[in-house]
Amino acid sequence: MAKNINCDIDVHHLTRVEGHGNIEIRIRDGKLEKAQWAVVETPRFFEVMVKGMSAERVPFLTSRICGICSISHALASIRSLERAMGITPPPAAEKLRLLAMHGETLQSHALHIFFLAVPDFVGTPSVLPLIESNPEIVQTGLRLKEAGNSISALITGRCTHPVSLVLGGVSKAPGKKELQALRAQLLQCIPDLAATAEFCATLSIPDFERETEFVSLYNDSTYPYIGGDLLSTDGVRREENDYLAMTNEYSPEFTTTKFTRLSRESFAAGALARCNNNAGLLRPEAQKTAGDFGLAPVCHNPFMNNIAQLVECVHIVHDAVAHIDELLEDPLDRIRSAWKPRAGAATGAVEAPRGILYHHMETDEHGKIVKGDCIIPTTQNNANIHHDLDALARWALERGKKDGEIQLLCEMLVRAYDPCISCSVH
Amino acid sequence: MQHLGFSHQKLRIGSFDFTCCEGCQLQLANRESNLPDFLNLLDIRNFREISSERHDDYDIALVEGSISRPDEIERLQDIRKRATVLIAYGSCACFGGVNSLKNRFPIEEAIEEVYGDHKVETMPVRKISDIVKVDFSIPGCPVSKKEVERIVVAVATGSVPSLPAWPVCVECKQNQNTCLFDLGEICLGSITMGGCDAVCTTGKTPCLGCRGPAEGINYPALRQLVSERGMSLDELDEKLRFYNCFTTFTDGEEH
Repeated sequence: MAKNINCDIDVHHLTRVEGHGNIEIRIRDGKLEKAQWAVVETPRFFEVMVKGMSAERVPFLTSRICGICSISHALASIRSLERAMGITPPPAAEKLRLLAMHGETLQSHALHIFFLAVPDFVGTPSVLPLIESNPEIVQTGLRLKEAGNSISALITGRCTHPVSLVLGGVSKAPGKKELQALRAQLLQCIPDLAATAEFCATLSIPDFERETEFVSLYNDSTYPYIGGDLLSTDGVRREENDYLAMTNEYSPEFTTTKFTRLSRESFAAGALARCNNNAGLLRPEAQKTAGDFGLAPVCHNPFMNNIAQLVECVHIVHDAVAHIDELLEDPLDRIRSAWKPRAGAATGAVEAPRGILYHHMETDEHGKIVKGDCIIPTTQNNANIHHDLDALARWALERGKKDGEIQLLCEMLVRAYDPCISCSVH
Repeated sequence: MQHLGFSHQKLRIGSFDFTCCEGCQLQLANRESNLPDFLNLLDIRNFREISSERHDDYDIALVEGSISRPDEIERLQDIRKRATVLIAYGSCACFGGVNSLKNRFPIEEAIEEVYGDHKVETMPVRKISDIVKVDFSIPGCPVSKKEVERIVVAVATGSVPSLPAWPVCVECKQNQNTCLFDLGEICLGSITMGGCDAVCTTGKTPCLGCRGPAEGINYPALRQLVSERGMSLDELDEKLRFYNCFTTFTDGEEH
C-alpha cells in the first residue's frame, strides 16, 4: 500500500449516467478518510402531484418519472391500481405488457452497455470516437437498441412514455403483420448478441467483490418482470404488499435521494440481483451466456452487473420471440377489461431495467388517488453504491493504485449500477 | 459537411437538463438507423448524459426540463450567456410540464408529504422562458426526434425553422381514426398543436395536450361540446392541467 498517497477526488455531476450525482473520495497518508455518493438531483414530488388525480390518468403521469423506464413506471402504477380496485386484465393484455417490458429493458441495457459503460473499458470519453474506430460494434449496439425500441413502439405506441398501456389491459392490439416483422427483426438480433458477448469477453472487468444482499422479484416459474414475491439472497421472502418492510427508506443529510436497507447496511437491485435470485429461470441460451462469463449465484462483484445485463438481453430476445409466436395464434379480440372505480389500496411491483420498482396507490370510492408512494430501483441502490465506493477505494489503495486510476474505478463502479438518478429523486 | 451542394461548419451544440425525466434527451439517441448521420452534423461540446468531455463553447444550447431550485436559475443564466441560440425542448422546458402539478400544493406541504422532517430545497415550478430569453421552442412529452432533426437541420443549414399551426385532429383524421369523443372520451386533440402524428389518439388514448395550443383554437367550443355531451368538466380540467400548457385559456376561469 502506498503510504504517501494523498488525494481528493471530487466528481461533480458524474457523466454518462442518467441524472445528477457527485462522487467524493478523500485519502490522507494512504488512508481513506471519506467515500461518498451524493445525489444532487432536483426533486419533482410525484407523490404530491398524483393526489386527487383520477386513477386512469395516473400511469400517464407516473411514466414521466423516468425517460428511460417509462413503461415500467406505467405498469407499476397500473398493477398497483388494478390490484387496489379488483381489476383483472385479459391474458392477451398481460402478454403484451410483458413484451413491452422486454422492449424497454432491451433498449435500456443496450444503451447502457454500449453508450455509457463501454467507453470506460476502451478508454474514450464517449461512444462518439468509436463510431470511427469500431463502427461494427457501435452498429451492433444500435441494432439491439433499435430492436428494443421497435418492441416498445409496436406494443405501446412509441418508445418513450407509452400510449396504449391502460387500466384494464391495453387500448390497442398490434397487427399480425407488424408482429411478424418484429419477430424477424428480433431473430436478426441473435448474431448481434453473439458479437456483443464476444466483444464483452475482451473487456477487463475489475475483480472487486463486496459481500452484498440482493433483492428482486421471484415467482417460482418464470424469470420475473411483473408482480410476484419479494426475495433477498439473504433469505428474506415477502408478499408484494409488504414492500415497506423490504425497503426501510431513510434520508441521509448529504443527498436528495433516500437510502434503503434490509438485513445489512444496504442492498442491491438490478440485473445482477435478478440473475442472482433467478439464474435457473433464464432461457437456456441466456444461461449459457452466463456460464461463459462465469456469472453464477451469488455473484458479489458489482461490475458484473454489465454482464448480467448482457445475459438478460439474450433472455429477452428469445423470450420475446416465444411470446410473439403465442400472440400470433391469439385472435387478440380481448385486450381490455371494463372496470368501475372503487376504494382500495395495493402495491404494484415490477422489475424495471435497473431493478425492482414499487408503486403503492390508495384510491377513494370515485377512483381518485388519496395517497401514492413510489420506491425506485436506484433509490434502493444508492446506499449500496455509497458503501461499495468505500470498499472499492480501500481495495484500490491496497493494490497501490494512483488517484487517476482510483477515480476511474469509482466512476466505473457507479456506472455499472446504471443509475437512473432523476428517477430516484422523483 | 455538404447540404444541397453548400458546405457549412458543424453545429457546436450543448445539451442541458433541469428538473425533468431526461426522456427528451434520450430521443436524441433514438431513430438509430440515421443516428451516425445526424451526429455527423453536430460537434457535441457538452452533453453530460453521453460524454465525459465537457466544453463551454457552444452555439446552440438545447435545454430540457423546468426550473424548481435556485441553483438551476444560476446554471440556466450561465448557459444563456454562452449560447447564441437557446432552444427549449420538451413540455417541461416549454410550459413547466407535469412538474407544474406540484404548484397546486403549498411548498411546505409538498416537502412534508414526501420527505417528512428532512428539509429539501424546492420552489414552485417555472418554465425556461420565465427565467431567460428562449429563441425557439420544441414542445412535446417527449419531443419527437423527427421534429428535433428537422429543426436542428434547419438551424444547421441557415433556414427558418417552424412548427405546425394545425391541431392534432388533422393528423388524427389522416390516420383514419374514429374520433375519441364518439367513443365517449374527452380528447384535447382539437385545441392541441399537431406535429406528433396523433400518436396518442392513434393508440386509442385521448390527447392530453402536451404540445400546447394550436393556432386560432376555439377553446370555449370545446368546453361547450363537453357540457352538451354530458361529459365531466372536472375531467376536462384535469386534462387541461396535465402539462400546464393551456394556462392562457384557463387562468381566471371559475370552476
